[in-house]
Amino acid sequence: MNEYRQEIAALTMRWVRRLSREKFSMLFTLIQPMLFWLIFFGNLFQRAADVQVVQAPNYISFLTAGVVVMTVLNNGLAGGVDLLFDKENGFLERLMSTPIHRTSVILSRFLFVTTVTSLQVLVILGVAFLFGVTPATGFFGVAVILLIGMLFGVGLTAISMAMAFSVKSHGDFFSVLGFLSLPMIFLSSALVPLSAMPKFMAMLAVLNPMTWAIDAIRPLILTGWADALRPLAIVVLIMLAFDALCLYGSAKAFRRAIG
Amino acid sequence: MMEQSVAIDVCKVGKMYDGVAAIQDLSFQVRTGEVFALLGPNGAGKSTTLRILITLLRPTSGQATVLGYDVVRDADRVRRLIGYVPQERAIDRFLTGREHLLLLGDLYHLSKEESLRRIAELLKLVDLEGKADQPAKTYSGGMKRKLDIACGLLPNPKILFLDEPTLGLDVQSRLRIWDYVRQLRTKGITVVMTTNYLDEADQLCDRLAIIDEGHIKALGPPTELKTGLGGDIVSVTVGSAALARVEPLASALKGLPFIRAVSTKPTGLDIRVESPEKALPAILEAANRLSCPVEFIEYHRPRLDDVFVAHTGHAIREEFPAAEEEA
Repeated sequence: MNEYRQEIAALTMRWVRRLSREKFSMLFTLIQPMLFWLIFFGNLFQRAADVQVVQAPNYISFLTAGVVVMTVLNNGLAGGVDLLFDKENGFLERLMSTPIHRTSVILSRFLFVTTVTSLQVLVILGVAFLFGVTPATGFFGVAVILLIGMLFGVGLTAISMAMAFSVKSHGDFFSVLGFLSLPMIFLSSALVPLSAMPKFMAMLAVLNPMTWAIDAIRPLILTGWADALRPLAIVVLIMLAFDALCLYGSAKAFRRAIG
Repeated sequence: MMEQSVAIDVCKVGKMYDGVAAIQDLSFQVRTGEVFALLGPNGAGKSTTLRILITLLRPTSGQATVLGYDVVRDADRVRRLIGYVPQERAIDRFLTGREHLLLLGDLYHLSKEESLRRIAELLKLVDLEGKADQPAKTYSGGMKRKLDIACGLLPNPKILFLDEPTLGLDVQSRLRIWDYVRQLRTKGITVVMTTNYLDEADQLCDRLAIIDEGHIKALGPPTELKTGLGGDIVSVTVGSAALARVEPLASALKGLPFIRAVSTKPTGLDIRVESPEKALPAILEAANRLSCPVEFIEYHRPRLDDVFVAHTGHAIREEFPAAEEEA
């Protein structure tokens, strides 16, 4: 057990070190969702978006939940990238030739991605606060938001890592990533509520787990616990099923790569 | 006690990839304290064999033990006893040399003090003390290789596995790496390496296995393999205009009593002969008779490349045609 902890701490520390050495990349991944989506998009659509339709005091407060979940989505889907590089340059083999528990590398990655994402979500909520968005459910609500993010992130990171282990070239990996990310955002309630979507898009958006995460987080920010409890119960069930599905689907790729 | 002298025992090991055999029915033993090389061209199955021994691949048939532990059933035990220096530059360019070693110290479950002590020793051994706190992206190829070797030695292994240790290195770095391997040998560490450099296998190892197309073609100490060939080698280079007449020349020579074997190569013939003083005039006479102009002829004691050709039927690198195709 001590050995296990030592391994995971060291492997996680490596991800932290890598991130801190890539200062530019860190800055941009951190700032991009806030700047682009929250500040530009949020303010740009301030007047174009109908307050009656979005059911929020202003567009930015409506958009905050969407940006939070988008960040979870993007970080999760990119969560396997570093392992992809490790696989390609042989570092993964070096790690796996040591007497570590076979799950340590993957677990360290989950730990790292979850932590970075949570910090980023806090920063986004902070910036939203500067634009006048105060979460209606307070600190406890913020904790619940982080928890939903983590639940969604685990499944996404699992898919990303499984893909990293399975793809033939990293070109394939980034194509799939690029192909998934934007449609997932547009086919969700991140930018527009389901009720205001064209019918066929709304039908697809219902199948997107992202929609459920956003619809649970939004009342936590906009209205309060009374409106949030029902979607919260639903999202927890959906996320548990989603994670189970992702982990089950990834297990084979994990075993092949590190078994 | 036979058991004690055998470090690695490979018994009828095979590995299939998608129905294609990478290695088949491989059997050999590595003795404690020796430097053992798997010699062969790219794609011969050397790396597959090595990866099975370091528990990264499971064999599809047969079994292998490292220091008495089965590489599949007791994989974790095996991992605790070995060090591995991978073929690719498996370096994290953002980490410093020292951070690489610290990470591995934790993965081998060393205590902080033990880890720091060994890291200081190893940085000194591979002469990287000055660069230890620079990110690895600033390292030259040779320095990365040295760091690789330090990483492999960190667990204080009983057996060190080196995958193509000098591939793509400049001459000086190569000699340095050879030096380290010799030092390890004097310390009693068993070294198993793959290589496709004949001189490396010849200079460094106590015994070698020639692997080609997934099979072991020859096994033994380099000197024994060389003398085992018997006779000397006469190497004939013909003018490029006469390459078409090499085949008739080869068949004319095959019948002669003091000639043991004839093999064609891109530039002419390698002929294994019993007595060069009788063979040389006969070869030249035959070449003349078949109007096959000899541009260059030399004879030498068997070298490891002759051993390789004798056992596999081809050179380890078909240099001339391959070089032209690539250009």
